[in-house]
Amino acid sequence: MANDPIHQFQIAKLIPIEIGGMDFSFTNSSAFMVATVAVSGAFLYLTTSSRGLVPSRLQSLSEMSYEFVANMLRDAAGSHGMKFFPMVFSLFMFVLVANLLGLFPYFFTVTSHIIVTFALALLVIGTVIVYGFMKHGFGFLKLFVPQGVPGILVPLVVLIEVISFLSRPISLSVRLFANMLAGHITLKVFAGFVTSLSAFGAVGVFGAILPLIMTVAITALEFLVAFLQAYVFAVLTCMYLNDALHPSH
Amino acid sequence: MLPATLKRTDTSSRPGEGVAVAGEKKPGKAGRTGPGSGDPQHAADDELERRRQRLEASLAARGRGEGDTGNAARSSGAVGYGQALRLSSEFIAGVAVGAGLGWFIDRLAGTSPWGLIVFLLLGFAAGVLNVMRSAGKIADAGARVPTPDRRED
Repeated sequence: MANDPIHQFQIAKLIPIEIGGMDFSFTNSSAFMVATVAVSGAFLYLTTSSRGLVPSRLQSLSEMSYEFVANMLRDAAGSHGMKFFPMVFSLFMFVLVANLLGLFPYFFTVTSHIIVTFALALLVIGTVIVYGFMKHGFGFLKLFVPQGVPGILVPLVVLIEVISFLSRPISLSVRLFANMLAGHITLKVFAGFVTSLSAFGAVGVFGAILPLIMTVAITALEFLVAFLQAYVFAVLTCMYLNDALHPSH
Repeated sequence: MLPATLKRTDTSSRPGEGVAVAGEKKPGKAGRTGPGSGDPQHAADDELERRRQRLEASLAARGRGEGDTGNAARSSGAVGYGQALRLSSEFIAGVAVGAGLGWFIDRLAGTSPWGLIVFLLLGFAAGVLNVMRSAGKIADAGARVPTPDRRED
């Protein structure tokens, strides 16, 4: 049915590939991930290729995105954190461009699948854990022991801190996924009201104005959410990296 | 309670209704004892009002401080929806991880319901911790130093 709000999230195999009984098919999701990487890479490359001292509009846009992420990372993790800049910037651009591409009609939203966002979150947490243990050894575990806690409470607090740490990738991925999924479903449902109401003749067409206004408003909100979720993802990545860099503050 | 009733009688424009309300409270007695017994109550009300105003003032001051340090546009826009999702996902993630961990430990150690019970409760605590931490982080978005103030609390 054309009005099915879930239909837009279905995975379709474009090129079926099977290696050793495992499904490695190239799906529409993979296609849009490639498109996301291509668009963000091409945008950054093409806009900065002229290297004008006085930047053109597009060049200043990509410089702004660089400055934005660099300041965010420097604020959260200090200048030591700048060694993670390539990772944070790539994550930010990937999520942002994937969210924005998903707003085109008939396009697939990569970030509306929890496995994609969960993989991104695992990448972040994996980096934090690996780098933390590499840099500090077992001193990284001091992250879980807050100072100034009475001795009796330490085991309890440590358990709670560990659970809180383990819940980070889940909340990070669920937040991005839920925002994109809910936004797209809402948009589709309101747009569906327009068509189904206008089937009722003149009164229906008049009544359809209301959901149409809502659809326009929600589209604007979705642009905000697309940017905001990319920002939140990047900010939290910076904070978690800060924990890896300075666990025993 | 009593002053409120009296006030309603005073302000009501229709006399019939006023009499009806006051009649329940025995008007003669209420008229005499009203001011006498109302005084400490008035004082308590005034005190409560003053404390509420002080709280509002301090909350406003704190909110303004946050707005200065953080990004005012970001925290005041149409972002309440995003913030709600953010905080709820933090909380749910804590509970889910606690429950999952407890279930896993139960499976490994065969301590059937106890691991789940204990870790579910710990998960609730972790979820609340997550929410408080994330709400606090929104507040001092300018500082962005989560580690030191976590050590303090």
